[in-house]
Amino acid sequence: MAVAAEERLHVERKKPRPLSTNSAIAHAVKDLDVDVVAAYPITPQTTVVEKIAEFIADGELEAEMVHVESEHSALSATVAAALTGARAFTATASQGLELMHEILHIASGLRTPIVMSVAMRALSAPISIWNDHSDVMNARDSGWIIFFVSSAQEAYDTVIQGYRIAEDSDVLLPVMVAYDGYVMSHTMEPVVTEDRDSVLAYAPKRPFPYKLDPEKPVTLGALADPDWYYEIKYQIVEAMRRALDKAREADEEFGKRFGRKYGLVECYMCEGAKSLIVAASSYAATLKAVLPRAWEEGLKVGLLRLRLYRPFPEDLIVDALSNVDSVLVIDRAISYGAPYQGPLANEFSGLILKHGLGVNLVSVVAGIGQRRMVDDDFLKLAKLAWEARTVRKPETIFYGVRK
Amino acid sequence: MSSEGSLPAYYEIPPGGAIPEPGSSLKYKTGSWRVLRPVINQDKCVRCRLCWVYCPDAAILELDEEYVTSKGRRYKITYKVNYDYCKGCGVCARECPVNAIEMVPEPIGGEE
Ligand code: SF4
Ligand code: SF4
Repeated sequence: MAVAAEERLHVERKKPRPLSTNSAIAHAVKDLDVDVVAAYPITPQTTVVEKIAEFIADGELEAEMVHVESEHSALSATVAAALTGARAFTATASQGLELMHEILHIASGLRTPIVMSVAMRALSAPISIWNDHSDVMNARDSGWIIFFVSSAQEAYDTVIQGYRIAEDSDVLLPVMVAYDGYVMSHTMEPVVTEDRDSVLAYAPKRPFPYKLDPEKPVTLGALADPDWYYEIKYQIVEAMRRALDKAREADEEFGKRFGRKYGLVECYMCEGAKSLIVAASSYAATLKAVLPRAWEEGLKVGLLRLRLYRPFPEDLIVDALSNVDSVLVIDRAISYGAPYQGPLANEFSGLILKHGLGVNLVSVVAGIGQRRMVDDDFLKLAKLAWEARTVRKPETIFYGVRK
Repeated sequence: MSSEGSLPAYYEIPPGGAIPEPGSSLKYKTGSWRVLRPVINQDKCVRCRLCWVYCPDAAILELDEEYVTSKGRRYKITYKVNYDYCKGCGVCARECPVNAIEMVPEPIGGEE
């Protein structure tokens, strides 16, 4: 009897509830027993911290909510809190992430183990509150571990995985969990949340090893002259390398405990595919719905979903590319004046050269400022990818722009 | 595997350059930055302590050393410059009310 009741409880706990990605992230923060949240509101992130504030007000989370006057301060306070040994979190988007830029480098430079969610949004000017990936792409070289997630469930799970990775003494790097603004941030999906004890057993709090403590004085962020600076920055290069294995291990262990895992990249309908489309976040989810149609039309196109972006899961991507003739990379940001104007396409181009892969690359910029992309558009991209097996397309295609 | 000889390799440095040892700035001798060095004329110095107060690097030492000037005046204390940390900014020379401190070119080749 007792066993049956326990099992029922277990099943009940596993019942999904409708949550937006923003709410799912707030739940993850609650279930991780985060100690400090510093935030400044910005669309479309705001409901993350609103929900966290609600949890705190309702006594469901015992945390310090620091109201600051800007995102620059939000991240500064989050970094400082983590350096005292607290588990700290913040969330942002768009202009907020840009305003944080200086502190992004300080967070990684000081090796601060924090997690930040980013509801990706276009950048001003002109003002756009809609979604693309310009904000995160501008932050890609700041020494942060970056995940792109494709569902509310994955966002919940990845924030939890994020702390396990960030706080690992072999890593000690900040983690960004990025997802599409509005399309995901404000869309309800079924999400299973876990109980705090299980979450904390998976991701126990491991405070910053050189935390600020009056009993044991340390200096953090001292001046580093030319004899020292280079080595301290090079530490991040090595930490990033180690983070790859740690992220893999965190995902595996998560799968064992909670029954959900994602891989660092996901290859969908890759079996027998001759061409791949690279996409992240919600576009990857949409492509999963569209690709079966492509195959019905004889286009053997698979999806390579980029989940972990920094560190770049190079081996897995090279493996996936080794079996195809062409790859179409969708960029949702513009690298103005670059050889390919899609930042991801440039990285894939380098990868293809580095590994001597005989793969034709197509660079496509799409969905800038949330320019509408429907199923038929993705089908067109599948056709483009397929054609590229035999026809080289050397210039970036600005899909959907009025010319 | 440090290429710079005695300096530690990247993995020998605490993450992010954290300095776990309090007071370690004493090991950082900033005196090598100096182009001009302050020299105190002990006969002129009236022991007013202003240089000690103003020095931004606490590089003026107030020592319990007796000194008798050439005119026979006896002082219980002596001010001296700690050249390990004095950066040669010249603030002391500027503030000294009796112009007892002269800034002279640092000898080529460094320390005293
Ligand atoms: S020159 Fe500057 S640093 Fe040196 S003793 Fe004078 S005030 Fe101090
Ligand atoms: S400021 Fe001049 S007079 Fe006063 S203690 Fe220093 S050297 Fe002597």
